[in-house]
Amino acid sequence: MMSFTDGEARNGLGRWYDLFSRGTRDWLRHNAKVRQAVRDHLPELVAGSDVLSNPRDRTVKVPVRFLEHHRFRLRDQDDELGAGQGANVKPGDVLRPGQSGSGTDAGGGEGEGPLSFVLEFQIDDILDWLWEELELPNLQPRAGTAIEEDVYVREGWDKRGARSRLDRRRTLKEAVKRRSVQPDSRIPIGNDDLRFRQLARRPKPSASAVVFFVLDVSSSMDEHCRKLAKTFFFWALQGIRRQYTSIETVFVAHTVDAWEFAEQEFFQVRGEGGTKSSTGFARAHEILVERFDPARYNCYLFYATDGHNFSEDRGAATTELQRLLPLMNFAGYAEVSQQSHRHMDTEIAAIWQRLAAEDLPVGSYMLNEDADIWPAIKAFFTDQATRTGVS
Amino acid sequence: MPSRLDQYIPQLEALAAAQGLVYHPVDFEVVPASFMMEVAVYGLPVRMPHWSFGVRWVYQMIQHRMGHSRIFEVVFPGNPNHAYLVDTNSIEENTLVVAHVLGHADFSRNNMAFVRSQEQVGYHIVEQAAAHAHRIQEAIDQQGEQRVERVLDAALALEPHIDTDLPLNRSRYQRPERQVAREPGEADFGGRYARLPGVKAAPAATRLEPLHIPPRPERDLLWFIAQYAPEMEDWERDIFLAVRKESWYFQPVFNCQIMNEGWASYWHSRLLREADFLPSQFYVDCMKTHSDVVSPHASDKQVALRINPYHLGYVLWERLIAERGFSAAREIMQQEDDFGFIRNYLTAEIADELDLFVYSASRAGAVRVTESTLDQLRETILAPKFNFGAPRVAVEDLGSDGSLTLRHQYRDDGRGLDAGRARHVLDYVQQVWRRPVRLITVDGRGEETSLTATAA
Repeated sequence: MMSFTDGEARNGLGRWYDLFSRGTRDWLRHNAKVRQAVRDHLPELVAGSDVLSNPRDRTVKVPVRFLEHHRFRLRDQDDELGAGQGANVKPGDVLRPGQSGSGTDAGGGEGEGPLSFVLEFQIDDILDWLWEELELPNLQPRAGTAIEEDVYVREGWDKRGARSRLDRRRTLKEAVKRRSVQPDSRIPIGNDDLRFRQLARRPKPSASAVVFFVLDVSSSMDEHCRKLAKTFFFWALQGIRRQYTSIETVFVAHTVDAWEFAEQEFFQVRGEGGTKSSTGFARAHEILVERFDPARYNCYLFYATDGHNFSEDRGAATTELQRLLPLMNFAGYAEVSQQSHRHMDTEIAAIWQRLAAEDLPVGSYMLNEDADIWPAIKAFFTDQATRTGVS
Repeated sequence: MPSRLDQYIPQLEALAAAQGLVYHPVDFEVVPASFMMEVAVYGLPVRMPHWSFGVRWVYQMIQHRMGHSRIFEVVFPGNPNHAYLVDTNSIEENTLVVAHVLGHADFSRNNMAFVRSQEQVGYHIVEQAAAHAHRIQEAIDQQGEQRVERVLDAALALEPHIDTDLPLNRSRYQRPERQVAREPGEADFGGRYARLPGVKAAPAATRLEPLHIPPRPERDLLWFIAQYAPEMEDWERDIFLAVRKESWYFQPVFNCQIMNEGWASYWHSRLLREADFLPSQFYVDCMKTHSDVVSPHASDKQVALRINPYHLGYVLWERLIAERGFSAAREIMQQEDDFGFIRNYLTAEIADELDLFVYSASRAGAVRVTESTLDQLRETILAPKFNFGAPRVAVEDLGSDGSLTLRHQYRDDGRGLDAGRARHVLDYVQQVWRRPVRLITVDGRGEETSLTATAA
């Protein structure tokens, strides 16, 4: 009537289920799908500034929910009925007080409350996805010869040349060819067989860039504003990094005066008092001229502030920018604030708008909350493509 | 350990036979806990791959790690039955499980719901499911993982939507006989007369209306889609029918859970009690496990918001056998499913004794006990089991353009569908139907509303 198998005794091969876990297989497949789903919603996800907690790892951790395999289900009711068991329970007894906000897990469901887990993503992957997703144009290197460097590329062969450029394989081939039509020849390799690689001089756009980050650290910039500015700077820099082989960054903070900082300290800097943005631009200009030959570098500048500036500084700031901006590939102005209904009517915004009207390569972006960051990044990369005229 | 179990199994079987249990042979296999967990998640030892099983598996792992869930036994009815025991359980626990499994084997051999299902599906679902998994693996090799997954997304989402009142193997809709007979055929006198020269064509009174598809609302969505989807490929139909067959097999297990677990629990306790070959300390340890399994979820003064089906079923059977005798109880076991069992035999006395109650849980999580009659209590216990645990959705119309109209029979269910989820399901269906798909249900205000796939 019965048979009894102890798995191990079954055959010499061991049990198939020791070798392979279906649960793991399907769980991995689920994770792959989550990755895909995350990828599809990346702009919303990475806008959360927590991803910036440690950008040096080159990875970000994104908390995600389990995917649900949907089925037809009845609509949730205000009151779900369920059957329970327990002594001394009278109608009207409250067994569990209501909690506001938290989800309900009542009614003896399968107990599958929302669980989440953390997936780790490479920042480089994210950027590639984002560029696809947002259909962002690539950065436009500065047009014109000034920024081009000459490079030598191999091109063709010649019978004469420097010894060091002798192409041995090619030479040997020539020798074999020659001997096959001159069977009597005794010369294994003659001078006529020699082939030398030729180099040609080609102009190549420079692949170096310098990025200036100018941040207003006056007392009116609160934590929220700084965080937005930081996130915007971070992703803008990542985007630029995608394009150029070597990038240098310069961090300038200003109140009524301006200083250069190292990256680590930059976002911790906290100043007192008012705002004179001209000082920041002057400092950036100074550094640019001193250290970076605008002819060899692609230059980008980002400026983040809450928009307040001493009105007597207006003239100075405009002049500084007019001096600085022609040297830039593109400059972005990010206005960060708490209020959501402001429309770039601040002192500094007015200056930048005027400059944009003068056809200088600038764009202005408004940041009130995390969700604004991606549109701003997108606008920045789109603007720089159209403004620089090449597309 | 297995060696002692090896001795006890034939002795327990002999005892079971003497008690009048009748069952197909049982193959016992001792497996590691990890495998057991997979069996519990997939429902079958070898089953098609799908990511949703991965999610359930992780939940199960978490529950297991936290000590909330422990799987003692899994048995697959068939001929032979396949039963799995966990190698980490003690010999006392596994001895109890063996006796428990014999109860299940008796149940599945004799209960009408199981008998009918097995007549349709056969007695080798374990092997068949493995064959399905193999075929689906072949499809993955040929069609690619993503295409197969899209089909499985749809098929598994519709898993409970079958109609076991009709046979498993159905042909496409036929015209009713008498209508067919009236059609004027070639050989028919009327037909030949009408073609004589000079005779005016008779009015086409007997011309048939085209057969409306489906002729009546069709609840077997898996079957309907496999049969009538306008652009489905053969390998896709194959997957739908595989899922449908497995679902057919799962249905009696689902519909008889309280009875079946109760019956098996009754028999493990009775068989062990009468097993005089067990050392007495051994018996005491077995009974400890027994009381863990069939105890209410609420201990002493606690209150549980769920009813342990093992406990409820066990108490009902114990009472029925004590009051009506073994053969009457056996007849009930053969004829009922949980619906009949609870409605007919859960009496007010037993409900009182077990302290069963009805509660209502508000959206904010507040739970309060409500006043309820015995009927309300019964129906509340049964509510999650209606229609295989799914809303009633039926095919209403196959349009001339190949569009599919589903209708939620909301009057039966009392309220509409969760629109968000329903749209996602339509997304899945759309992937295999490939023509417009819509679903009629009611919204929160009770107005009829038509949902379409989110992608459309």
